[in-house]
Amino acid sequence: MTAIVKRDYSLTGEESERAVERGLSQAQWYRTDVSRKRMKELMQRRDGPAIRATLLWFALLILFGGLGVYLWFSVWSLLCFAVYGVLYGSASDARWHECGHGTAFKTRWMNSVVYEIACFMIMRDPTVWRWSHARHHTDTIVVGRDPEIVAKRPPPLWHIAGNFIGMFDVPLAFRHMAIHASGRLTAEEATFVPETERSKTYWTARVWLLIYVAVVVWCIVSRSILPAMVIGLPRMYGAWHHLMTGLTQHSGLAEDVTDHRLNSRTVYMHPFSRFVYLNMNYHVEHHMFPMVPFHALPALHAEIKDDLPVPAPSIAAAFREFVPVMLRQRRDTAYFIHREVPISGVPISGVEVSG
Amino acid sequence: MPNWIMACGVDDVEREDLIPFEHAGHQYAIYRSPDDSYYATDGMCTHEEAMLCEGLVMDHIIECPKHNGRFDYRTGEGKGAPIRVDLKTYATRIDGDMVCIDVDG
Repeated sequence: MTAIVKRDYSLTGEESERAVERGLSQAQWYRTDVSRKRMKELMQRRDGPAIRATLLWFALLILFGGLGVYLWFSVWSLLCFAVYGVLYGSASDARWHECGHGTAFKTRWMNSVVYEIACFMIMRDPTVWRWSHARHHTDTIVVGRDPEIVAKRPPPLWHIAGNFIGMFDVPLAFRHMAIHASGRLTAEEATFVPETERSKTYWTARVWLLIYVAVVVWCIVSRSILPAMVIGLPRMYGAWHHLMTGLTQHSGLAEDVTDHRLNSRTVYMHPFSRFVYLNMNYHVEHHMFPMVPFHALPALHAEIKDDLPVPAPSIAAAFREFVPVMLRQRRDTAYFIHREVPISGVPISGVEVSG
Repeated sequence: MPNWIMACGVDDVEREDLIPFEHAGHQYAIYRSPDDSYYATDGMCTHEEAMLCEGLVMDHIIECPKHNGRFDYRTGEGKGAPIRVDLKTYATRIDGDMVCIDVDG
């Protein structure tokens, strides 16, 4: 029996009200039992790991960006920009995220500085996305409540594929910048960004637009695309890695549940991707305990892995798991991956289980 | 008039940590600062339903375990997004080896 039922993923539609009525909004979520003593150890903030990761990130950006400019235009420069693009258009996604949680550094201002820089690179307004992400953690993959659901049902496959080079995300980011610069938010953003915070968004958009206009003028004057290869375009040609890792987080898994083990995925990855992604491959762990910094997630994983589903052994394995499910969801939106979890887990609430 | 209630023993709270305390159906959080002073606040975050006792105390800051919202637990002052409402604080005093809080404070 197949069912092509398109759910309303907007935050202003009927599904939003329905999620609240069903008790799925601001619900109590399952958490693996970890002693207070151990959690305090795992939650401890340190500057060292993030300083090292940030210095390495900036050093690699300067090295590969500089070489890309120096060797322009040649095959070697394109290879350098290929690396630079991932560092700019994908590593910024993880830095924005971790610093937004305030867990990357112990020192608050360091989180703020890297957060602002990374938000500019990934083209996400620092204020809007801070509030958006708070909602994502409150109502993870709850339809009508979570503004950050990527793999909807049926999955917008062309949209997802295009965003491997930022084809839809980047024009949307500029559209939002234009709206914000005019002193407005979108209707959806207005549902989660408080009035008192909105002026920050408007001024950020105006400054960012000025920077991008300057880059375009520089390109025109110099009759070269090179300035945009350094600022702006890497958000497109380097986006593939953050989309690849991001898709592993929740794709194909349950919606409308209150147990992150059922709607999130932990994936073992090689060191390069873990550096770019700042250990967010431990995604069930991150959602269950968002207070734990990126550098302690492997230790948290070791602590609670017996209570979690078996992680995907690689990025490729994760894709092999969820891509067929997403393809099937084009004609059967009720189909999803049903995770087996230990009996202590909170049962799936709401939707019918299949898969 | 203050309404002093015994909340816990002075050694029940580790230095730079907090514990929960419930009285008359209300949740409180009792803090012991790095300099061994005691403080009390409401036990739930003002942002969303989350028990602060599962959060992290750093110096005089309590960070909520759910969205990393921060408060100065001495004054209850919220320290930025996603906190919009300060935390209610309660006076404390030490009676012998017990920490008491003024629940009407």
